[in-house]
Amino acid sequence: MLGSEAYKPRDWASHPPLVYPAYKSTVLRGPSKPLVPLKQRLSELTGPVYGQESLGPLDHDLTRNGAKDGEPLGERIVVTGRVLDEDGRAVPDTLIEIWQANAAGRYIHEADRHDAPLDPNFFGGGRCVSDREGRYRFHSIRPGAYPWGNHPNAWRPNHIHFSLFGPSLATRLVTQMYFPGDPLLDLDPIYLAVPAGARQRLIADFSRDATEPGFALGYLFDIVLRGRAATPMEG
Amino acid sequence: MALKQTPSQTVGPYFAYGLTPEQYGYPHRSIAGPGMVRPETAGERIRFEGRVLDGAGEAIPDAMIELWQADAAGRYAHPADPRGANAPFSGFGRAGTGSDPENRFVFETVKPGATGDDQAPHLNLIVFMRGLLSHVYTRAYFADEAEANAADPVLAGVPQERRGTLVAAREEGPEGVVYRFDIHMQGARETVFFDV
Repeated sequence: MLGSEAYKPRDWASHPPLVYPAYKSTVLRGPSKPLVPLKQRLSELTGPVYGQESLGPLDHDLTRNGAKDGEPLGERIVVTGRVLDEDGRAVPDTLIEIWQANAAGRYIHEADRHDAPLDPNFFGGGRCVSDREGRYRFHSIRPGAYPWGNHPNAWRPNHIHFSLFGPSLATRLVTQMYFPGDPLLDLDPIYLAVPAGARQRLIADFSRDATEPGFALGYLFDIVLRGRAATPMEG
Repeated sequence: MALKQTPSQTVGPYFAYGLTPEQYGYPHRSIAGPGMVRPETAGERIRFEGRVLDGAGEAIPDAMIELWQADAAGRYAHPADPRGANAPFSGFGRAGTGSDPENRFVFETVKPGATGDDQAPHLNLIVFMRGLLSHVYTRAYFADEAEANAADPVLAGVPQERRGTLVAAREEGPEGVVYRFDIHMQGARETVFFDV
């Protein structure tokens, strides 16, 4: 159809189930009936297109894009990596949006009632677009852990939310990046909802090469979106 | 080189300042919002609105809906649609359910045309929320397109008793044309969600 190839299916051995009772709010919110298969057509082979023109000059730099009268507090980090498809091909020119808590574990969102300080110089949202090799790069502050109400004494591990489009509606992905060695990971039902063999893909690697001397610690986080199916789709 | 897909995670409760900041009044520019039309956009103006209901029938206040659609001529603003650009309409909108007193999503858009293959006019929706670990896809068809809907191959692949969950009701009032489309995450009227 129209010279386009379909995308490989969502790999449900990699993604969490829609209902995972240890994460309590899935119980009433995850669909209970099986998903209905849908053959990809023009509606799924197309999708929103946002390139460099959609960016502001500081969108990629969370250490500066919320600054009012100084620098945000916390440990500066570089988060960088490549957006790839399942065949290892770069996914260029795709929008990556992130949002996160500040160093104290507090979100600027008005619904966040955690009794930890807001940082007047940190907003916590940003975006960038992958380059021709699929590379992206953010500057930020390492987010803190924060408590939530899922179970007694529940704390979310440090994480950064990621949203990606890829080339079509079918490649859409929203995920979370975690940090290596975080003791909260093995207690976190959102992380543990991911099949065991796939969890490591959500943990960034510390990278001395990506570390900027005298400025910020480097973390590498590659993201793999759905690739093209091997055979052209039928008419 | 074969790589494995990065796992999905929930959008969480605090997506609004990152993904829908202008709608919620945060000082950050939105790439897309609930208002999808400009004065020069061609087509029939419609409001597309609804709630996202959980398994207890409660309207969910922290869901986000993404809408992807063809323009009034049935064209998608994407290189895989070979029929040419359709500026000034990107076809993409986002709406959170947290800024409306009834927890509705409310899009201002145009009614899409038929895409020129065998599909009836429709809106493509992606549903995100706290408590949903992987996003789900659904579609909204139009109640006043009964003939086209009857010939639509995607609807034909849905059990007949569930097809109604994919059809938005049309109302014409003083504010114009409104299509209402509640999304039921669970229950007897559970919306059909697709494995795209």
